[in-house]
Amino acid sequence: MPMSIKKGDETACGVGGRILHLKARAVLVDMEEGVVNEILQGPLREVFDSTQLLTDVSGSGNNWAVGHMMYGSAYREQIVEKLRRAAEHCDCLQCFFLIHSMGGGTGSGLGTRVLSLLEEEFPEVCRIVTSIYPSVEDDVITSPYNSVLAMRELTEHADCVLPVENQSLVDIVSKIQHMSHGGKPGQTIKRDSSIISGQGGLSGAEKPFDAMNNIVANLLLNITSSARFEGSLNMDLNEIAMNLVPFPRLHYLVPSLTPLYTLADVSVPTRRLDQMFSDAFSKDHQLIRADPKHSLYLACALMVRGNVQVSDLRRNIERLRLSLPFVSWNQEGWKTGLCSVPPVGHSHSLLALANNTCVKPTFMELRERFTKLYRKKAHLHHYLHVEGMEQSCFSEAITSLSSLIEEYHHLDASKGRLMHDAPRLSICR
Amino acid sequence: MSVVTVQLGQCGNQVGQELFGVLRGDAEEGQRKTYRTASWERFFRQTAHGDVVARAVLIDMEPKVINHSMAKAATSGRWKYGDASHFSQKQGSGNNWANGYCVHGPRHREVVEELVRREVECCDRLAGLMAMMSVAGGTGSGVGTYVTQCLRDVYPKSFILNHLTWPYGTGEVIVQNYNSVLTLAHLYQLSDAILVHENDTVHRICSQLLNIKHISFSDVNRVIAHQLGSVLQPALTADSHGVYSRNPLGELVSTLACHPEYKLLSVCTIPQMPSSSIAYSTFSWPGLLKHLRQMLISNSKMEEGIDWQVRPPVGSERTRSLTGASFNTSLANLLILRGKDVFSADTGGFEDPALYTSWLSSKEALNLWKCPVPFNKYEKSATLVSNSQALLRPLDNMVGKAWNMFASRAYIHQYIKFGISEEDFLDSFTSLEQVIASYSQLC
Repeated sequence: MPMSIKKGDETACGVGGRILHLKARAVLVDMEEGVVNEILQGPLREVFDSTQLLTDVSGSGNNWAVGHMMYGSAYREQIVEKLRRAAEHCDCLQCFFLIHSMGGGTGSGLGTRVLSLLEEEFPEVCRIVTSIYPSVEDDVITSPYNSVLAMRELTEHADCVLPVENQSLVDIVSKIQHMSHGGKPGQTIKRDSSIISGQGGLSGAEKPFDAMNNIVANLLLNITSSARFEGSLNMDLNEIAMNLVPFPRLHYLVPSLTPLYTLADVSVPTRRLDQMFSDAFSKDHQLIRADPKHSLYLACALMVRGNVQVSDLRRNIERLRLSLPFVSWNQEGWKTGLCSVPPVGHSHSLLALANNTCVKPTFMELRERFTKLYRKKAHLHHYLHVEGMEQSCFSEAITSLSSLIEEYHHLDASKGRLMHDAPRLSICR
Repeated sequence: MSVVTVQLGQCGNQVGQELFGVLRGDAEEGQRKTYRTASWERFFRQTAHGDVVARAVLIDMEPKVINHSMAKAATSGRWKYGDASHFSQKQGSGNNWANGYCVHGPRHREVVEELVRREVECCDRLAGLMAMMSVAGGTGSGVGTYVTQCLRDVYPKSFILNHLTWPYGTGEVIVQNYNSVLTLAHLYQLSDAILVHENDTVHRICSQLLNIKHISFSDVNRVIAHQLGSVLQPALTADSHGVYSRNPLGELVSTLACHPEYKLLSVCTIPQMPSSSIAYSTFSWPGLLKHLRQMLISNSKMEEGIDWQVRPPVGSERTRSLTGASFNTSLANLLILRGKDVFSADTGGFEDPALYTSWLSSKEALNLWKCPVPFNKYEKSATLVSNSQALLRPLDNMVGKAWNMFASRAYIHQYIKFGISEEDFLDSFTSLEQVIASYSQLC
């Protein structure tokens, strides 16, 4: 599956007409060929060339160790070379986006190996990772192992992580489809305006995961919007980590996107706008199954696109902040961005990124699933067979996850407790 | 004498562009020739091609805002920025003061100094430098502080005024209080005077006085530009002997920032109303000045919701604390009157010794500038630049929030990464507590 897209400046090549020479700043890595081959035969084939690809044939067998240790070592040089070449094309390399899943073998294992390589080779460049977490009913039995082993890498080597749960994507897709097929009369969804549609006119026949994947694509579009378009209050990618990561390991940022779709008929603009802000905090719009309103916020970012002014932003922050529990040392901690250009099909949109303790239950559930398998040593031998893999990798990974959970727990415990202001320095006169 | 303006970061470049627009537009409409000439000389120059160019340098660590400001200026048709008077990079400062101050500032020092030097050389005589920036982000605050330091080194005898925009209290940037503390502490040593606008205040002006329903940053910036313009446009001063002052920054600094511990200046203007209403309104100097005086002493930064109950304390009643009386004690004030009948306006109310600390006589504490030319379409307008306790509470809030965050060491690792230590933070906190104590004890 596709692994990383880097951010830089796009080399434009003229206005209008077919895009002839635009290449994605990306490296695509997969240990199977099927997905990459499909991309190369599809409408985006011009955007990638063979030097950007790294594939093999046999896959990783849903085994993190195969991805991380075996392929990681075998392909180390090639990966570094491809990364270097892509980086050299950038006038100014600002950050890496890494996109992968946690539950399998390649994305999870080789993906986190690439993450370490990025840190080694480009230590100054920010690493933002979008990680797809498996649902509870995931059909890959070993996904808890793969996920926990990968989590340790993310905690230690990523600057920030945007966790996305497949189940949340499924729920959002079904909600939209329900709306478009069975909604109230007169409430039809404007064509191509939902976050599950792949805008840009590239839609042909939709494949099973397209709707879900489009949500993640829209997440990344919104995150980069302020860096790509102008606005009255720009928010760049390097500002995300700066504002949302108060302590190095606590860098898991829960994304939420609104609106999910635009209704075809025009309703009162202001009311719809305020509803958008409220929705950003509702659990139905989060991309992991979590309820941030009832946990503790460490920090929150609001990236607004479209015809929204600072007064709309201020009004809604004032309205909502009283019901949102923020940590004592960051009571007014909001990071805001205003980008003038809305996404295709909408008049405005909002992406919220929350550093919130509501990730704790997700991580605890993951730990539980892991423990269920690990206790019985189920499938362990498949991993330990791989050279470089030892039992300590497992125990260290679960310790890392437990200590992360503990840190969130500690913060949760402070919620609701009356914290006094720190005594100020006193000046002698 | 000319002023060279350095615009830093998104805010500095956006506000600066509005400011030059106001200055140009104000000195255009059938104004008296001497006023127009003085204003143009102060802020603009003419190129060989006949273009009117602002005496400004635009600096940012990303290109979009500068491009936008330059384009916007050019479309006005009346003025533009110098084609080569700008410098930008691509990656921004990431809202990190340390990144701006320790990395970008030094890295681009020579280029920036060269740009400023070229602009200064186009001035027959330099009245001084004005740096415009916000304190919340990374470039304006960090690079802006570093550039101010460079300007101080390169032009040790020139007046340097820093215009700062303080962010909304409920946040635009989560680490804004850290960036603000670091900026203010450093600037206090480098700047001659620090003129402050607060987004919260200007926002209220937009909503309550100008009746703007959907307030945008353009609206906010335009109000700031109007207020700043009314301070900087030509005026007759006590020292200028019947002609427009040739030393505006020097006079402003020496009259107001007369003590190194007291450099924070606030500004308010009266009247402020929707432009559609101006033609239908008439004002009298007594009315305007009465309101402005009460705005000063009750620390109300606009003419709505003034607390008329606040009175100057009598005799020994003077309170000394932050939480105490709402009376706003001034160290010094600069009152600028523009428009019709300025010479007959009675400003006696501002000479009341009860308004001021006891160190200066009220004759020394009150300074008066006048200009018979109406400013920016207002037949009569009055601006008050104040060195008083007006900014004490906002400053104290800012330091308090930053300190709370510092106590838990949140985000500190992001600053340490770029070269600022916990010691540096503590030094900055100490400096600002000193400033707060000084202003608290003003009586």
